[in-house]
Amino acid sequence: MNREKVIFAFFIVLALTLNFGFFIGEISNPHHHNEYELFAALVTSLICTVLKFGDRTHVGALMLATSLVADLQLVAAAVIWGYAVQIGGGLDEMILASIVSLSGGALMANILSVVLLVVETVMVRR
Amino acid sequence: MNDVIYILLRRLRAPLITLIVVYAVSVLGLVLIPGEDDQGQPWSMGFFHAFYFVSFMGSTIGFGEVPYAFTDAQRFWTLACIYATVIAWLYSIGMLLALLQEPAFGRLMRRRAFVTEVQRLREPFYLVCGYGVTGSLVVKKLAARDIRSVVLDLEQERIDAVEMDGLSIRVPRLCADAALPDVLHDAGLRHQCCIGVLAMTNDDQANLSIAIASKVLVPERMVISRTESDVTTANLDSFGTDLIVDPFRSYADYLVLTTHAPYTHLVYDWLLNPRHRHMATVHKRREGRWIICGYGRFGRALFSAFRQAGVELTLVDEGSPDLVLAGQHVRGIGTEAVTLEEAGVRDAVGIVAGTFHDADNLSIIMTARALNPRLITVVRQNLGENDLVFQHSRADFVMEPGRIIANRILAQIKTPLLPVFIARMLSEHDDVWAHVLLNRMSHVVGDRELDSWGIRLCEEQTPALLMLQQGQVLKLRTLMKDPRDRSCSLACLPLMHRRGDEVRLLPGELLELREGDEILFCGLSTALHQMEWTVNNYNLLQYLLTGQDHSHTLLSRLLRSSGER
Repeated sequence: MNREKVIFAFFIVLALTLNFGFFIGEISNPHHHNEYELFAALVTSLICTVLKFGDRTHVGALMLATSLVADLQLVAAAVIWGYAVQIGGGLDEMILASIVSLSGGALMANILSVVLLVVETVMVRR
Repeated sequence: MNDVIYILLRRLRAPLITLIVVYAVSVLGLVLIPGEDDQGQPWSMGFFHAFYFVSFMGSTIGFGEVPYAFTDAQRFWTLACIYATVIAWLYSIGMLLALLQEPAFGRLMRRRAFVTEVQRLREPFYLVCGYGVTGSLVVKKLAARDIRSVVLDLEQERIDAVEMDGLSIRVPRLCADAALPDVLHDAGLRHQCCIGVLAMTNDDQANLSIAIASKVLVPERMVISRTESDVTTANLDSFGTDLIVDPFRSYADYLVLTTHAPYTHLVYDWLLNPRHRHMATVHKRREGRWIICGYGRFGRALFSAFRQAGVELTLVDEGSPDLVLAGQHVRGIGTEAVTLEEAGVRDAVGIVAGTFHDADNLSIIMTARALNPRLITVVRQNLGENDLVFQHSRADFVMEPGRIIANRILAQIKTPLLPVFIARMLSEHDDVWAHVLLNRMSHVVGDRELDSWGIRLCEEQTPALLMLQQGQVLKLRTLMKDPRDRSCSLACLPLMHRRGDEVRLLPGELLELREGDEILFCGLSTALHQMEWTVNNYNLLQYLLTGQDHSHTLLSRLLRSSGER
């Protein structure tokens, strides 16, 4: 067992599960979407990105790309949330729907990332 | 650039993750800890404010406690966060700086910069491997002619010397082993502007691998290599190296020439060496017995060359060399008078001090000259640093391998016509012919450096010459006139004219030129600059041909033709 691989896979899967946890629920119902979960998903996603740095293989490059996409969408969701609460008129249904749909996009990227991780593992067969 | 970024990112993984975690924990802590607003009502900080606060706290800017004054619990947490973020930042920046200062990283950056610089070259350049005495001379001379070069050398010191030599154009350089194919590739071996590869390292094997790599990749490109053994010479020759310079052998041939054809020797010397010998040096007696001290690589080459020319020889050496008759050999170094007396220095005409030690060599010629002041002295200089001493040694010939190779290579690079001329001169003409030629050369340049250059009548090199009007005939004399004043001549002399396979030495000034002709000139380098005007500028050429200095714009032509009517 390779400790580095465990940490790597742990963060990638965690990013996916946290993201999923935030995403699931009625799209515009504030009770279904927790602020802290979005924060955790964003932080985990950032850590994932850094972990993927420096891999020169083709699969590595793809994984980095998916991670960057997830970051981009989650940061956008967080910025919209912050803007709506602090400057805009508060968190209404429409705003929340767009935040959740952005996180849905990030979820797709995270799923791809996990698929790539599985593909790489299968290819290496160790 | 990619690998640099990859290495940077990979090494910065730990510091970046630390930063993210510390920031995340700090933000989360501030959000979770309950606070109070200015009315004393419970208030809890949102992620927005928490991130804002941590951002300026982490970079120790510190705008104060916003938006409301903190409670003690918040202050307690902030205290911990301040230290955590400062340490995380110090750690990250420290890692980054350590990485940037690492020698391996520096090497990588230099290599990348070098590769980019070479790739961006859009002018023809020479790839020079080895920046020793020879390499630096060649690069300097190339720079003087505005020809670019790319330098590779194994030692950083010599690479630094490129910068200190004060060249007029920028020379991309890299400290790396030129014998490695990937290094050669980075240095532009397959670059379409690379017009020649000069393998001038002091290692025969390295030269061999450079030459063969170049010939395999781009067979038609010029490759010049130096060599120090016959085995390598044969090997280099076998795959078509364009010029192979063996310093000892070529100097031996050069020296032998002086014994039986002093004027031919001088012509050769004037054309090849920038600091040429004065004509008066020819009046020493040369035919007779020579003494060679030292039977190393140089001594061996000299010995066989002299023997082929039928010169009587005496060898002075500590060992007992093979192939030498007992009567021709004296044991010793040659630095003592006794040994030299035994070798018969009093009735010899010349002495060659060719050992490995510069001090010994100087001592030999000093002693020999004391015994026989009329002796021709040839001294071998092994180290470039001893220049000053050797220049003042008053020896007739100073043999310095680096310079010899450089001169031979430069002759080839200046114009491929020059070696053809020299070969023809040596094979077809006698010393009287050379004497006449030498007088003409001396008349043209005096004591200044004799430069030589080739001109080929073609669209790229001499556009003006191909734009002649109907009925105009271009004679060789026209090229040699001064474009500033056609009644004056340029300080130059045509040495050779080549049309297809037909070669003519010292062509007459009335020779009519045609497209495709090649002419070799010698003279002052200022004359070359003036001649470039003539061959490139149509107006100047018309002035030289007709004596009329018209402007050839459409308007002036119209005006002129209406005036004539």
